[in-house]
Amino acid sequence: MHYIPNTDEDRREMLQAIGLASMDELFSDIPPQVRVKAALKLPAALSELELLEHARQLGAENANIDDYVCFRGAGAYDHFIPSVVRQIVSRAEFYTSYTPYQAEISQGTLQAIYEYQTLICQLTGMDVSNASMYDGASALAEAVLMSCRITGRDRLLLSQTLHPEYRQVVRTYLQGMSVETLEIPYTSGLTDLDWLRKELDDRAAAVVVQHPNFFGLLEEMNEISQIAHRVGALFVVSVDPISLGILQPPGAYGADIAVGEGQALGNEICFGGPYLGFFATREQFVRNMPGRLVGATTDSEGRRGFVLTLQTREQHIRRAKATSNICSNESLNALAAAVYLTTLGKEGLRKVALLCLRKAHYAWREIAKLNGFPPLFSGTFFKEFSVNCPTSPQKINQVLLKQRIIGGLGLKKFYPEHQNGLLVCVTEKRTKEQIDEFVEVLSETGEQQ
Amino acid sequence: MKERLVFEIGKKGKVGVSLPRCDVPEEEPERLIPEQHLRKDLPLPELSEPEIVRHFTRLSQLNCGVDTGLYPLGSCTMKYNPKVNEEIASLAGLTRLHPYQPEELCQGALRLMYELGEYLAQIGGMDAVTLQPAAGAHGELTGMLIIRAYFLSKAQKRHQVIIPDSAHGTNPASAALCGYQAIEVKSDERGCVDVVELNKLVDEDVAAIMLTNPNTLGLFEENILEIADIVHRAGGLLYCDGANLNALLGVARPGDMGFDLLHFNLHKTFSTPHGGGGPGSGPLGVKRTLAPFLPVPLVVKQGKRYLLDYNCPLSIGKVRSFYGNFGVLIKAYAYLLSLGPEGLRQVAENAVLNANYLVKRLKDHYHLPYDRICKHEFVLSGARQKKRGIRALDIAKRLIDCGFHPPTIYFPLIVNEALMIEPTETESRQTLDRFAEALIKIAQEDAETLKSAPHHTSVGRLDEVAAARKPNLRWKE
Ligand SMILES: Cc1ncc(COP(=O)(O)O)c(C=O)c1O
Repeated sequence: MHYIPNTDEDRREMLQAIGLASMDELFSDIPPQVRVKAALKLPAALSELELLEHARQLGAENANIDDYVCFRGAGAYDHFIPSVVRQIVSRAEFYTSYTPYQAEISQGTLQAIYEYQTLICQLTGMDVSNASMYDGASALAEAVLMSCRITGRDRLLLSQTLHPEYRQVVRTYLQGMSVETLEIPYTSGLTDLDWLRKELDDRAAAVVVQHPNFFGLLEEMNEISQIAHRVGALFVVSVDPISLGILQPPGAYGADIAVGEGQALGNEICFGGPYLGFFATREQFVRNMPGRLVGATTDSEGRRGFVLTLQTREQHIRRAKATSNICSNESLNALAAAVYLTTLGKEGLRKVALLCLRKAHYAWREIAKLNGFPPLFSGTFFKEFSVNCPTSPQKINQVLLKQRIIGGLGLKKFYPEHQNGLLVCVTEKRTKEQIDEFVEVLSETGEQQ
Repeated sequence: MKERLVFEIGKKGKVGVSLPRCDVPEEEPERLIPEQHLRKDLPLPELSEPEIVRHFTRLSQLNCGVDTGLYPLGSCTMKYNPKVNEEIASLAGLTRLHPYQPEELCQGALRLMYELGEYLAQIGGMDAVTLQPAAGAHGELTGMLIIRAYFLSKAQKRHQVIIPDSAHGTNPASAALCGYQAIEVKSDERGCVDVVELNKLVDEDVAAIMLTNPNTLGLFEENILEIADIVHRAGGLLYCDGANLNALLGVARPGDMGFDLLHFNLHKTFSTPHGGGGPGSGPLGVKRTLAPFLPVPLVVKQGKRYLLDYNCPLSIGKVRSFYGNFGVLIKAYAYLLSLGPEGLRQVAENAVLNANYLVKRLKDHYHLPYDRICKHEFVLSGARQKKRGIRALDIAKRLIDCGFHPPTIYFPLIVNEALMIEPTETESRQTLDRFAEALIKIAQEDAETLKSAPHHTSVGRLDEVAAARKPNLRWKE
């Protein structure tokens, strides 16, 4: 086994040094009846060459979005990743290290996280950010738990325009808690503010909204923030970080906790993971935060350095009373996000957001010109929008696939009331030519009706 | 060497990226989006590409990783991360996949997940596996929720989960997150669960016991069959924290010892890199009776086709979006295929051999609180050195001067001045000898030298008290 440096001679001598006669004796403390007798039923070892070939074959059984043109989003996005990002996260000093418990030899990771935290604050307009959570959905679940801790209340209001999988994750996380969750209905694709005004009272720990929402629409964040705060509830938001290139940051509309899926910030789409959840809040709530935090301090000679800090919130110290059970997070993905945000910078991120905005609106207008694909909602959108198809989106997507296009997501997967709804995503990577072809194929499917 | 922050390097007007020209009408954002939704200012840094690369490269040089040297961080299994796995996990055919693309267009990915689940079930002696959890603690949470759902389905309300005093902090934290009361059971003088104590604690209110086996002292729980019997007889379940599974690969299976649930740490046992603190992956295996409660979707095989099955009415739901840390799963899958069943066993044998060899070399120089055959790791105590005013922390910092990453310190909590050492199977005897010699030398060194260590790093010991008292968690202008 070429990952094991010891030779037979080493093993013999080491056993001798220990005073044992055989490898088996190393396991003499395991009751004989539970020791494995025969070899496990696993495939025989492959050489590196065979393994690579096997992996390529598996890859060939997938349609990848370099070969297909992707108009699907819904929480996982095909954004451009500058080469710098991959090169940096491929440095073994970063990816083969672990949680920076020993600060003096982990300044690289620690400083990068401190920079990541700062960048997330700059992007969201919030005061503090942690070092990352597992993904956008679990970050939201942790935000909701934190809002219950802060307010001491046990009722939550989640908008139905939140990503359906996020709502499901929140509900799963809350199963062991006695917390009541209510779903806020939507009208015209937007959180129903009349309903919210009527139903919200001072039992609510938080009002939870996604912006842009699952249908791609911009919610009335200022208004919702005021409604929530009037009864002393926290305003918890899940935002698309790319949209923050042009949209108001959560800090500007009074969000108390801002989370989101950070995949779009330089992380490969990779069939759903690994991604990262970013998590930011106000200064006053910092001691209630879940997850790791890096802070700046100095050594005895006054040199600046970085350490893990406020660890008394965490499981390794507080155990059952910790603010979260999280230990390993998504550090390398956070590094990718930091490199991405630095590389795009002030101008670049705005440009990417503008490209998404303009291309999505171009696509929306061209589709609206077709017969039979009216917009599902009339609200303002960013890079995703919903249309109503003349037939089932599944059929339309099959036709698109023949042209090597992965069409939008059929909304009925999550919203049975929209049997023919299609959620289309257009990122900066889509060219006018690709959009025109997409629209062309749509028009052909429309005509076939 | 020291490196400025990106915010201190940038300058107005620099650009780090080249983006495509806009090939659709360039409408002003104000025409598409009402003004109150638009931000006025985006305070991100401005740097050119060469400056960015140099900055992050210099930061990387302030780090240590498995590729730069021995990293014997106990409980973390810092083994070598094979390069072919990285290459495979960057193939476009496996990574450029949208999670919601149709099943017929991701058969290769689903097959990989299906087969990895089968392999893990085989290795752990479990019947069904979910790959959804993103890390060990996430697997624990999933497991605790499944236990809760299982008892609910039997109309039983149980409130307690028993956890040894040697357990990792995530164990009680995960139990508490699911509404359980974490009850501590003491360890006996051999470092194992005190069975007499356990007997007193177990009753109808106990939902489960959460054990790490081998435990965090690196010792196999010798009375595991008796423990299983005690808990099962009271109707409770056995949860195995599989953080230490490296010691058992191909040798023994938690499922055969009576465990009903087991989480795997792909970033420990199965060689996927730790990424500076993640991403990890914490698949959870369960016995047949608990399978109906697993998160959705499950990857199933029908004839030759692989499908995502959401039709699981008893499922706890989802613990994260999509299906799990797929990129990490790819690497673990590649690792298992390159090992095969014999290689797998060799991993365990050499990991255990290396640990016992180090014990032998070190036990005359440091106090060894539990002197018996260990598994993949062992825990020394700095108690003798403490008499001279030297702390485990000082020993750890001095190791940095010798070119080694320190072991885990002050964990498990039941060992005074704990030094928890896990060499893994991917270290050579020569490296172990050098490491042992360094520790032996340190055992004799004067307090002055140790207290001022490390001596050659970019910063010395940092003021953690000040960091926590007046937190500075972000750069500000
Ligand atoms: C024994 C043990 N259990 C649980 C965990 C938590 O695992 P993770 O960091 O993958 O969440 C660790 C991590 O170090 C551990 O050592």
